[in-house]
Amino acid sequence: MSTLPLSQDQLRAQFGPHLNLAPPGGWLADPTPDKVVETHCCFCGQQCGIKLKVKDNKVIGFDPWEEFPFNQGKLCPKGVKRYLQGNHPDRLTKAMKRTENGFEPMDWNEAMDRTVAEIQRIQGQHGKDAFAVLSGVSLTNEKSYLAGKFARLGLQTKNLDYNGRLCMVSAGAGNKKAFGVDRAANSWADIEHAKVIWVAGSNVAECSPITTDYIWRARDKGALLIVVDPRITPLARTADLVLPLKPGTDSALTNGILHLLNKWNLIDWEFVKAHTHGFEEALEAVKDCTPQWTSQMTGLPVEAIEKAARIWGEAETSFLLHARGIEHQSKGVDNVLGCINMVLATGRIGRPGCGYATITGQGNGQGGREHGHKCDQLPGNRDISNPEHRKYICSVWGCTDEELPGVGQSAQEIMNAIHSGEIKGLLLLCFNPLVSLPDSQFTREALNKLEFFVCLDFFLSESAQHADLVLPSALHEEDEGTTTSAEGRVIKINKAVDCPGDARPDWQIMVELAKRLGRGKYFDHFTSPEAIFNELRVASKGGTADYAGITYEKIVKNMGVFWPCPTEDHPGTPRLFEGGQFFHPDGKAKFIPTPWRPPMEVVDDDYPIWLTSGRVVFHYLSGTQTRRIGFLVEQCPHPYLEIHPRLAEKYGLQEGDAVEITSRRGIMVLPAKVVKTIRPDTVFIPYHWAGALSANRLTARHLDPVSKIPEFKVSAVRLKKTTRDQFSPELAELQRMAYEARSGQSQMPEQVF
Amino acid sequence: MVPQDYGFFIDPQRCIGCRSCVGACAECGTHRGRSMIHLDEMDRFDSPQTVPTVCMHCEDPICAQVCPSDAIKRSEDGVVHAAQKPRCIGCQNCELSCPFGVPIVFSGLEQMLKCDLCYDRTSEGHKPMCATVCPSQALLFVRKDEVANLRHNKPLRDFLIGSVRVKTKNAIMVPDPDTPLHLDAALLIDGGL
Repeated sequence: MSTLPLSQDQLRAQFGPHLNLAPPGGWLADPTPDKVVETHCCFCGQQCGIKLKVKDNKVIGFDPWEEFPFNQGKLCPKGVKRYLQGNHPDRLTKAMKRTENGFEPMDWNEAMDRTVAEIQRIQGQHGKDAFAVLSGVSLTNEKSYLAGKFARLGLQTKNLDYNGRLCMVSAGAGNKKAFGVDRAANSWADIEHAKVIWVAGSNVAECSPITTDYIWRARDKGALLIVVDPRITPLARTADLVLPLKPGTDSALTNGILHLLNKWNLIDWEFVKAHTHGFEEALEAVKDCTPQWTSQMTGLPVEAIEKAARIWGEAETSFLLHARGIEHQSKGVDNVLGCINMVLATGRIGRPGCGYATITGQGNGQGGREHGHKCDQLPGNRDISNPEHRKYICSVWGCTDEELPGVGQSAQEIMNAIHSGEIKGLLLLCFNPLVSLPDSQFTREALNKLEFFVCLDFFLSESAQHADLVLPSALHEEDEGTTTSAEGRVIKINKAVDCPGDARPDWQIMVELAKRLGRGKYFDHFTSPEAIFNELRVASKGGTADYAGITYEKIVKNMGVFWPCPTEDHPGTPRLFEGGQFFHPDGKAKFIPTPWRPPMEVVDDDYPIWLTSGRVVFHYLSGTQTRRIGFLVEQCPHPYLEIHPRLAEKYGLQEGDAVEITSRRGIMVLPAKVVKTIRPDTVFIPYHWAGALSANRLTARHLDPVSKIPEFKVSAVRLKKTTRDQFSPELAELQRMAYEARSGQSQMPEQVF
Repeated sequence: MVPQDYGFFIDPQRCIGCRSCVGACAECGTHRGRSMIHLDEMDRFDSPQTVPTVCMHCEDPICAQVCPSDAIKRSEDGVVHAAQKPRCIGCQNCELSCPFGVPIVFSGLEQMLKCDLCYDRTSEGHKPMCATVCPSQALLFVRKDEVANLRHNKPLRDFLIGSVRVKTKNAIMVPDPDTPLHLDAALLIDGGL
C-alpha cells in the first residue's frame, strides 16, 4: 500500500515545498568564491553554459559563461536562480521509510536490503516484468544509459520507460520515419541565416528562451517569422504572420500547405526526385486539402493559409522549429511528419541557413532518448526488437540474447498496468508522474496500489510522497557526466559540490542495487561516470546516435561535440543531411502521408471548450525544483485559467474570478486570467503544480498510437463561474509563499487578500 | 571607467517578460539581493508586451538636480551613480522626479540605489549583468558602431517628456512604424468566432 503516510499538510510542513530565498549565509555573506565551475544549467534542453560559484562546498551564486558558444552568457530566470536548489531546507539527505508516523530516516544498508528483498519477492511471485522502472531525462547520458542496462540486466525486467515519453517521442518517431535518425537536423547557428522561420506549437520565449535571440538575429537580417499556436505568445506578438489554429488541427494545416505548394508549383522537384521517396503518395493524401477545407478544419482564414504557403514556398532559405504543441497529441507523429513534408517538398534542409529541428524540452531530452532509456530501444538509438541490434548490444554487455528482455510498455502504459495490478513494484527516479502524467487522479490510484514503491529523488516530490522507501540522490551540481542539448551537442556537466549526508548519485545507487541483486558482473566496472560513458561510446558505435569518437577531454576542448562522431579524429557533425544524404539505408528521406484525423476528444454540448496546457518561463516541468526557489515562485506562484474576454463575458468572468473547470476526468477551481491573446474557443492552464492545482486532473490518457505520447494539448472542458471561497487551500498557501518571497515575511497580513 | 565606444540599447520589442534581468541584477556582489531593474507588464489584458527599465544615464540627470544633499554623481564616462552615503538622506526626491522611474530608495537602508551600468563589470571589459543574461537580448551592450549592423530598428537618446527634454547615454530602440502587431487572437481567426 502506498497511500500517503500523513496528511498532505503534514508532509508539506516537513518536506515542503519551502522557499529558498537567498544564497548560503544570506545576502550579506562574503560572495567571494573558493572556486568557479564551468558547467550547464540543470533545466531545459537548451543546456545553457553557466559558471557556478562555490564556497565551503556550497554553491553560492553564478557567473555568466560568456565563452560557451550556444548561449554566450545568456540565461533565463530559472538559470539565474538555479543555484538556490542547493543548500535547500527541503533537501533529502537520509534514506527514509514510510511508517505510521510518516517518513522516518533509516540506515542506508537497511534501505538497500529492504529494496532488494522486495524486488526479489515481487519478481519471485509475479515474474520479472511485474517490477518496473520509470526514469527521466534530467539525468545525464551516463545515468540514462545505466538506467536502461540496470532495468534489463540488473532487474531483468522489460518494463522500463522514461518521462521523455511525455516530451520528445513524437518528434523522435517522426524523425526516424522520415530521416532515419532522431536529432535536430542543424545546430542553432543555421537559424540566424534563414530567410523564413516557421515555429509550430512552441512558446519559444517561455520554454526555450535563448532561442528567442537566434530568431531575432535572423529577423534583424530581414527574415520573416510565422508562428502557429492557439495563443499569441510573446514571440508571436510581432511575428509577420500568426496562425492561431484550433487545438489539435496541426496536421490539417501542414496538409493544406503541402496542397498549395503543389498547386502553385513551389516544389523543389530536383531535390524531391534525387533525395526522397513517397512524394506521390504524400501529394495524393493532400489532394482534397484545399484552403477552404483547411480553413474549416483549423479555424484559420483562407487568406492567412494562402499567405503562409506563399511565404514558405517562395523562401530562399528557411528553418522550421516545432515543439510540444504539435507533439503532445494523439497524432503527434503525424503533425511532426506534416512539418517534415513541408521541409522536404521545398528541399530546404542540409544546407547553410536551411534547417529543421524539434526544440527538445527536457535537460537531456536528446541524449537521454538515445541510449536505451526507452522501452523499445537499445544504446546508439538501436531497436530492441532488431536481431542484429540485439546481437551487438549483447556482445558489448557480455550477455546472451535470452538474458536481454524484449519490448516493454511505455510510461503511461506502465502506469495503466500498475493500476490494473499487472505491475506490482516500481523504482522511480527523476520523474514526478503525479504531476506530469495525464489524468492525475488515475495516477494517484495507481501509485496507491503498488506493493512496493522505491523512489530516488533529492526532494520529496508529490509522487515520492507515495513511496514505501525514498533514497536521496544527487543534484545536477553534485555529479559529473554528459548531456546532449537540443542541438545534438554533447556537453560536459561538471561537479561543483559533494552530495550532503547519505545522498549519492543515482548511478551509484543503481550499481549497488545490481550488485546486491547478484548481477554485479555487468556493473562492477562502473566506478565513475566516465567509465559508464566509455562503455556507452562502444555501445553506441555503429548506431545512428554514434558517440564512439567523443571523449570527456574532447568535449571540454571543443565546448561540445555534435554526434554522430564515429572516431576520435572526427570533428562531429553540426549539420546533418548535407548533400541530401539521409540515414535510411538508401540514403534517401521518406515522405509519409498524414491523412487527417481528429483529436481523440473533441468539444461537444457537454464539454464545449478546448483546453490546452503548457509551461511558463518561471517553472520547469513538474516544478519539483522551481516551486522551491523564492524568486521563481514570486513571479508565478500558482496556475490560472487563461481565457479570452469574449468567452469570459459569456460566463460572467472577470480577472481573478474563480472559475470551475470540469473535464471527463476531473474538476478544479482556478482564478481567471482574462487575456486577448488566446482563441475565444480555447482556454489554457500551465501545468507545473500538483494536487488540486494540477492541470493534469483534466487531461486524458489518450496516446499517439506510434509514439505513445499522451494528448496533453487537446481536451474538452466546461466552465462555470464560482465563488472565491471555492479556491483550494493549496492556492492560498501558494499566495502566501509568493508574499514570503516578495517580502521575506512568512506570515501574510490579512489585508493583502 | 566604462568604455566609451560601447553603448547600452534597450529594445522592448524583443522583451519576453522573463525577468532574468531583474533576478540577475540582484545577484551582483554589490547589490546583495536588491534588484535595480523594473520589469513591467504594460497591460496583460490587451497584450503580452513587457518593458524593462534600467537607468538611462541622463546627460543632465534630473535625479541629481533635485537631490537636496548632492548625493548623486555623474562620472566622466557618463554613468550616473547610486546616491552616496552618508550624503543620501532617503528623501525620495530622486524617486519622484526621475522621468523614467528608475531610482529606488530601499527601506531599511534609507539610501537610493540605482543601476550604475555594472561599473564593476563594465570597467573590466564585461557587459552589464542584465545585458549579459537577457535571453532575447532586449538589453544589448555592444560597440555603438555595431548596432546598425545588428539591429533593424533605430536607437533613440533624445526624449521630450512633458515639457522637459531629456538626453541620455543609454538608448531605446524604436520599432519601425510598419512592424506588425498581433494582440487579439479573435481577430486572426476565421470569422472571429
